[in-house]
Amino acid sequence: MSEALGKEIKSALNKVSKAFDALGDFTTFSALSLATILKKPSTGTMIPICFRVGVQSVPVVAITGMFIGMVMAIQVYSQFQSLGMATQMGQIINVSVIKELGPVLAATMLAGRIGGSMAAELATMRVTEQVDALICLGVNPLHYLVLPRVLACVLLIPILTVLANFMGVFGGSMVCTEIFKVDPYHYWQNSRGHIQIWDLSVGLIKPIFFGASISLISCHRGMNSRAGAEGVGKAATSAFVWSFMSILVLDFFLALFFNNLHQFLWPDNSIKTFGPK
Amino acid sequence: MDYPSTNQNFLSLQNVGIQFNGVDILRNITFDIPKGQTLVVIGESGCGKTVLLKLLISLLQPSSGKVLFDGQDWCTLDGKRTNEQRLRFGFLFQGAALFDSLTVFDNVAFGLRAHSICDEKEIEKLVLMRVKEVGMKESVLGKKPAELSGGMKKRIGLARALILNPEVMLYDEPTTGLDPIMTDVINELILQTRKNMPVTSIVVTHEMRTVQKVADRVIMFSPLPRLKPNEPQMIFDGTTEELFKAPDIRVQQFIHGEAKERTQESDNHLITEEPK
Repeated sequence: MSEALGKEIKSALNKVSKAFDALGDFTTFSALSLATILKKPSTGTMIPICFRVGVQSVPVVAITGMFIGMVMAIQVYSQFQSLGMATQMGQIINVSVIKELGPVLAATMLAGRIGGSMAAELATMRVTEQVDALICLGVNPLHYLVLPRVLACVLLIPILTVLANFMGVFGGSMVCTEIFKVDPYHYWQNSRGHIQIWDLSVGLIKPIFFGASISLISCHRGMNSRAGAEGVGKAATSAFVWSFMSILVLDFFLALFFNNLHQFLWPDNSIKTFGPK
Repeated sequence: MDYPSTNQNFLSLQNVGIQFNGVDILRNITFDIPKGQTLVVIGESGCGKTVLLKLLISLLQPSSGKVLFDGQDWCTLDGKRTNEQRLRFGFLFQGAALFDSLTVFDNVAFGLRAHSICDEKEIEKLVLMRVKEVGMKESVLGKKPAELSGGMKKRIGLARALILNPEVMLYDEPTTGLDPIMTDVINELILQTRKNMPVTSIVVTHEMRTVQKVADRVIMFSPLPRLKPNEPQMIFDGTTEELFKAPDIRVQQFIHGEAKERTQESDNHLITEEPK
């Protein structure tokens, strides 16, 4: 009995130790990758990656953003209508989209679209010894392969978030004003009063962290992939799973942090809004 | 710490061992490679031949012992110095390891561009020269690696490895998966490279034709699971002629491609009859 318990404890401790090892490995990888920022990215590396991360993600982010706004409008209409507050729907739709849904959704879509592809690409490069070839040619793979990907995600995910926000707000307003025939003037007037500059700023700062975490996790998974097709597949899957989890965890802690910061800076909640409250 | 380097120990392994996940791959390997020599490394799959090449260029670190290049222990060098030393090597990988996203021209020019060694006009001249040297036409320069055959990829990989005028060339199974004619083309290129440049070459191969054609010296490794605890892993070190006359049954079995069961005689590693 005590022997079996001992084995269980040993196995649990082993798992904890492995988890700490993995965390330490990821932290070292991230620190070494971010340290390469001191040297400008290699010529010809940024534009293709920015094109893939930014331009090619526009349709998916725009469509998802718009439909989330539209679905929100459908979901809240019956409750607001029954209370005679249909013109207030813009508040809940726009605040939800700009504060939470836009940034998280854009990041999630990119974790799936870009994170998985980055991990698979780097894993293939590693398995086919292209990463070794880079090292043999005197090039730091973290600088050549990881840095451009991190920069592209950190710079472009906030821009894609703006697009997702815009499309979400647009989609919600279309459903409310065109399908449910809510008065557009009151819809927009009521919305303006509830969006603060602070909300917009936080909604644009969060994606920077999401972009960094998606790119670093995906590149780490790719660069540490096991050999073979199965290894590459696992790297791509785990890149998405860990990126998605990191987005939600980061979102929680960033929301907590920014709420506390807001309370600290403006205890009387006197921050400027876009219109009357 | 620096060690005196002579032409006799340009590359040197001293009691080198390496483990992966607690499993020994190489154990107590000691030998020197003189400058200008073409050393061919043979042995069964899994005996650590590719690992040896990666140790020589410091892509892997030994678990024990020292790997010296030109009198310097790789482990004592900082990142910048390690990079500088690596540029004295050229590496032809097993699958050529061409960068998929780049054209043939960009692949061959990669080393020159990465270190801003010369201007674009000069790069174009050098790339063309190397590509022609490996017997390829100018028309392949715009192609992507996916559009090339296995032999063409190997030749472009060789052109890329040679572009920085290396002092040491490492070839990892350069003829594996190629037809006999292309195998001969690659063997000829290895010989030609040695004629054109004062290069030290280490060739890992299974092909006895490559051994016969290019080797000054041959060493053979045995996979550790087949050895007794204190048996040396390097089971042969000599010339090509000596290889074919070696009395060790394991060497003869490898040369003749015989998968015999272990017997009392093979456990003693001595041949009881003349090899056919």
